[in-house]
Amino acid sequence: MDKLTLVQAVNRALQLSMQEDPDVILLGQDIGKSGGVFRATEGLMEKFGVDRVMDTPLAESAIVGCAVGMALYGLKPVAEMQFSGFAYQAFHQIEQHVSRYRNRTRGEYPLPMVIRMPYGGGVRAFEHHSESREAYYVHTPGLKVVVPSTPSDALGLLRAAIRDPDPVIFMEPKKIYRSLKEEIPGDGPIHRLGEAKVVRPGEQLTLISYGAMMPVTLDAAAQMGADYSIEVIDLRTLKPLDEASLVASVQKTGRAVVVHEAPRTLGMGAEISALLMEKALLSLKAPVARVTGYDVQMPYYQLENHYLPSVARVVQALRDTLSY
Amino acid sequence: MPRRILESFEVSNLSILDPEGRADPQLEPSLPTAKLKQIFEDMLLLREFDVRAIAMQRQGRMGTYAPSTGQEAVQIAAGAALNPTDWVVPSFREQGLLLSRGVKASTMFLFFMGSEEGNRLPRKLRSLPYCVPCATQVLHAVGIGMAAKLKKDPVAVATFFGDGATSEGDFHEALNFAAVYQSPNVFLCQNNQWAISTPRSAQTRSATLAQKAIAYGFSGLQVDGNDVLAVYSAVDAAAKRAREGGGPSLLECMTYRLGVHTTSDDPGRYRPATELEAWIPKDPIDRFEKYLLAKGLLQSDDRARLTAEIGDRLKAAATEAEEICRNLTPDEMFTYMYADIPDFLRPQREEVLAQSIAIDGDGRAHG
Ligand SMILES: Cc1ncc(C[n+]2csc(CCOP(=O)(O)OP(=O)(O)O)c2C)c(N)n1
Ligand SMILES: [Mg+2]
Repeated sequence: MDKLTLVQAVNRALQLSMQEDPDVILLGQDIGKSGGVFRATEGLMEKFGVDRVMDTPLAESAIVGCAVGMALYGLKPVAEMQFSGFAYQAFHQIEQHVSRYRNRTRGEYPLPMVIRMPYGGGVRAFEHHSESREAYYVHTPGLKVVVPSTPSDALGLLRAAIRDPDPVIFMEPKKIYRSLKEEIPGDGPIHRLGEAKVVRPGEQLTLISYGAMMPVTLDAAAQMGADYSIEVIDLRTLKPLDEASLVASVQKTGRAVVVHEAPRTLGMGAEISALLMEKALLSLKAPVARVTGYDVQMPYYQLENHYLPSVARVVQALRDTLSY
Repeated sequence: MPRRILESFEVSNLSILDPEGRADPQLEPSLPTAKLKQIFEDMLLLREFDVRAIAMQRQGRMGTYAPSTGQEAVQIAAGAALNPTDWVVPSFREQGLLLSRGVKASTMFLFFMGSEEGNRLPRKLRSLPYCVPCATQVLHAVGIGMAAKLKKDPVAVATFFGDGATSEGDFHEALNFAAVYQSPNVFLCQNNQWAISTPRSAQTRSATLAQKAIAYGFSGLQVDGNDVLAVYSAVDAAAKRAREGGGPSLLECMTYRLGVHTTSDDPGRYRPATELEAWIPKDPIDRFEKYLLAKGLLQSDDRARLTAEIGDRLKAAATEAEEICRNLTPDEMFTYMYADIPDFLRPQREEVLAQSIAIDGDGRAHG
């Protein structure tokens, strides 16, 4: 049984998908010969050749725009944006075409494609290398948005994303690319998109997060000790959101705290808060709390840990919500 | 009617110094001694800046760093050919250019130490801070040029970018606008042959990057980018043309990234060692030193002495930068967001200030 890091699990998912489906091809900057700046595609060009693993010129719009064309023709392209901060160069393609083709053509031309991008802070990098802007994609009708937080979920979700008949934005938490190894039996799982996971059952409060904030969230839940019973939910898919699981959990606990590193305004916390207000109002014993990045530009790394939700901030929100 | 040739084009390469540092007498620009010496010193400064920054990165005192070693001639000679009233719009590999424009070394260190204080470049320097998304800055330079033209100010606006950046749409849109509006721009490509792991040959099928200008209706020149005199002459001519209303030019400066793309990169994975070895003898500093030695403008021990002096200055600058880092306060992430802080942000700022917690390197806070 192999022990894989999250980034190795991404690599494994790509490899398995390419093995089982010759229409799966990869394109992106530095993904071939050098194996990607995070080594997510390491060894794949050697295995599958330069026709299926394309080192492209430096042009995100071209990468996504051409991936659209390939998908229109019948391939299943998996495009890599080197960092989510450079996906804006392709944003017009994503908003104007990736998200719309199926609907525009009344289903004649679906776009089974995946756009992978590492996102998030805490890695002491330059500007544009640390943001979390998942809300842009979640806000865009027609896209699915997936953010794994563990190696086996990364593997199972990416395989599902590549098999999905619709375009998926697959955001990879680079901060935890290598922070934990997990044993993955056999070829690993193939998940279903749209399913959240209860990673720790509890009775008194539902603590919700995803991606790179999961370790912080779990630490905070652990710090609350045995006196409190906290249920922790990893969203895994931000769109379509697993509303049923969230509502069921909060109907049981009556309290919810949402954690994300993206800015607060119109983030996932806002959406979940509205959802719970609509569907679980009478169960709520306290306002839904949000522990988020601030509504400022992600500071350069000297101050990034003041921006990112910390265990202490999450613990504070848990205490406030429990004692409301 | 037969086919007729409507237009045909030539692309040329300019080189003045030979590998031994001998100048072509026909092309040698006449530069004052003080300027030649300043260029040499600024090149040494850039090389030392790399040495110190890479060392600090290894010691954990600096984040990711993008070195310029091997590219000193392009940056320094280009800076020297521009007037203080001209503008410069860099990418992220122009430490030397900015230092030569009067940006403090401590400021440059701060950028790589992860503080926005590294972008606090006094307006009077007419030098914009680093721009990380490839080619996006090229449009800003065109806009500045268009504005200067509207105001009838005789300034040139030089913008810098890499070979990889020429594949981005922004680059092409910028060149088109510059040509359409005849903006006073100098587009300076530091063609260091690589964009991370992508060689220049995989970036475009054009034989040169210089010829990209032709399709937009202006001229491009390829320049030996490891040749101080060639870069100086080319930028000088292009900037004069720009200031005098002659419109934009593209200069493709052929150079080589002798080191890593950034300190997170390992060129051993993709770059043949033989290629690197072939470029080492073309080192721009060695070449210019030979030229100055032959002219009697430099003594054989000057380089070592200057390097040591520069090293001391940079050491002090690094200490100053680290001191500034220690005194950063977290609420400053709110200070510059808007002219006035909106009400909805005030509680967020209060929260940051109220967090009386120690925050360690891996992002975990301890109450
Ligand atoms: C729009 C955009 N996409 C991707 C990146 C990531 N990236 C940083 S540098 C680089 C290569 C740049 O190559 P080049 O333009 O030749 O400049 P050099 O690094 O060689 O100076 C890439 C792809 C980026 N900074 N901006
Ligand atoms: Mg380059």
